[in-house]
Amino acid sequence: MMAMLKLAAHSAWARRLTLGVTLFSIAISTAMLLSVERIRLNARQSFTQSVSGVDLVVGARTGGVQLMLYSVFHVGQATNNIEWTSFAALAGHPAVAWAIPLSLGDSHRGFAVLGTSAEYFPRFRYGDGRWLKFSDGKAFSRVFEAVIGSEVAARLNYRVGDSITLTHGFGNQALTEHADKPFAIVGILEATGTAVDRTVHISLEAMTALHLDWVAGAPVPGLSIPQNYVEKFDLRPKEITAALIGLKSRADVFRMQRFVNEFRGEPLLAVMPGVALDELWQTIGMVERALFAVSALVIVVGLCGLVSTLLAGLNERRRELAILRALGAGPGDVFMMLAIEGVLVTTAGAMLGVAVLYAATHLAAGWLLAQLGVVIAAQWLSPAEFGLLSLVVLTGLLASLVPGWRAWRMSLADGLTPRV
Amino acid sequence: MSLIGTAIELDQVLYRWPGQAEACLDIPALSVAAGERVFLYGPSGSGKSTLLGLLGGVNVAQRGRVSVLGREMRAIGARQRDRLRAAHIGFLFQQFNLFPWLSAIDNVLLPASFSAERKVRATSERPLRDEAARLLTQLDLAPSLWGKSAAELSVGQQQRVAAARALIGRPQIVIADEPTSALDAARQLAFVDLLRRECAAAQATLIFVSHDERLAVHFDRQISLVDVNRAANRAELQGSAS
Ligand SMILES: Nc1ncnc2c1ncn2[C@@H]1O[C@H](COP(=O)(O)OP(=O)(O)OP(=O)(O)O)[C@@H](O)[C@H]1O
Ligand SMILES: [Mg+2]
Repeated sequence: MMAMLKLAAHSAWARRLTLGVTLFSIAISTAMLLSVERIRLNARQSFTQSVSGVDLVVGARTGGVQLMLYSVFHVGQATNNIEWTSFAALAGHPAVAWAIPLSLGDSHRGFAVLGTSAEYFPRFRYGDGRWLKFSDGKAFSRVFEAVIGSEVAARLNYRVGDSITLTHGFGNQALTEHADKPFAIVGILEATGTAVDRTVHISLEAMTALHLDWVAGAPVPGLSIPQNYVEKFDLRPKEITAALIGLKSRADVFRMQRFVNEFRGEPLLAVMPGVALDELWQTIGMVERALFAVSALVIVVGLCGLVSTLLAGLNERRRELAILRALGAGPGDVFMMLAIEGVLVTTAGAMLGVAVLYAATHLAAGWLLAQLGVVIAAQWLSPAEFGLLSLVVLTGLLASLVPGWRAWRMSLADGLTPRV
Repeated sequence: MSLIGTAIELDQVLYRWPGQAEACLDIPALSVAAGERVFLYGPSGSGKSTLLGLLGGVNVAQRGRVSVLGREMRAIGARQRDRLRAAHIGFLFQQFNLFPWLSAIDNVLLPASFSAERKVRATSERPLRDEAARLLTQLDLAPSLWGKSAAELSVGQQQRVAAARALIGRPQIVIADEPTSALDAARQLAFVDLLRRECAAAQATLIFVSHDERLAVHFDRQISLVDVNRAANRAELQGSAS
């Protein structure tokens, strides 16, 4: 058997070009499977950890998914707002440690504008409890100041000190520019991989100021209040869109949720963000499964290539097999030789695939974070990935039985005189 | 190991290729003494190569007894047949005997790595490589060619390397299936002469197959397969009748 293995190695080396190409294609498909898997997990993680450390998200009574969509992802619109007095009542509840108001509805060149309090920056957390950090500048402290997310800054090439104007409404419903009230960018946040990156943050007072000369969602004709006069008005908000709430004790979360849902002033809804985000991910989980299916198919294609390469080479190797038989090899040995060749090519291909994955993540990690906000950690293979790899090798083993079986049949049928 | 005794004995042997309707071999009796050098001839398709497959234990007769070196091939089982072949039989084919991706001398060394028994015998007098070198020298192959890959040798040179491989480790039986048909007439005679001499030196039984009857005179005994194989006989009669 040792002799066979050595001969098999020589023989394989003589066919190194075809085998190399096969090995390479398996490597590429393995790398693809693993990276799709990684991106999938990271996407899931950064999605389901879009907020952390927040116990309840409160909005007007709609669906939980819809509330999450507009309050956390700034997608879609709230059908109803919350009265400021309701918010104040919740914030004053003895179980509540802190409450941050959120006010949405305006946009800047496709990016959402979020009106909030300055407390937002030191309170908001994402991922495994990370804090927001400023890559440049600081939080807003005056009315016409804005803090932008990293993607806003990168896409639109903004720096601290630049001046921007906001638009009323969103997308094709974007109606009118608040052209008379420009904002100065005072801070830029570091990339988080969440919706924060795509958001322009202003103060709630600024939100009110923008709409001082507006009534029922439209500017009042002939009325225009100049920017330098707005501070003379009462800028305290009358309504907000949603609120993030942190409790003094996590144990109170169900009690507080019930309190909000049964709130007397107006119909409100409170959801636990972790649970809601998981639910939301489930609903878009089809994409995830489709991704996985595609990369599994890529592996199948790679292994089909392996089998067809080995089978095609077999006809030219009939002589080789007959000589082996004459030297004392049995049909079983011939079978093993082919099967082992297939397994080794698969294993080497899978290992090369892992190397490719590492090289790629190493090279592309910075780019992915900057361009897509996808965090690809350069971590060692996880147990799940090991499982996936062994599945690839196992499938390779099964696939290699085909050429092995064929060689076995062939060497039995040919005896010592292959008919070529 | 002695010259006296039977190396090969066939008794009421019937062999049919799988999927074939007619038997290919139907041999009532055939025996070859140890150390005998036999010339086996017959027209194409008479079953010469098939018979060699039975002797090597690569194929097994459906009926009758095939005894090689005192062992009945069907009785001993597949593993033992493979062992017997590796240890005691040297094979030589018409062409394509060598692995093209090994050097000439590495090709010669192969049988020793397939059978420990054969390795012991090959190294009884000198180290393995020296033994291979000795055989290659005996077979008139210049040392400059030994390290060359088999693919770079001429057909005649390849056949001599193949002969050295068949002979290394002194197998008790050397089976040659038309080893000279790819050589020109002058080289054929020289090759047959070499092979005969080396087998004599190694005290090996030689079964030499050819349909070129001019070579027959160089052997101890001539066996016409059409005479001993009733299946070929029938086929021949049918062929001349139609
Ligand atoms: N591997 C095989 N599978 C099926 N039939 C075979 C096989 N090998 C040989 N045969 C059949 O057995 C018969 C004898 O073939 P064999 O090769 O033994 O003849 P041969 O005497 O060696 O001929 P040649 O002089 O051409 O080499 C032929 O009819 C052939 O078709
Ligand atoms: Mg033949």
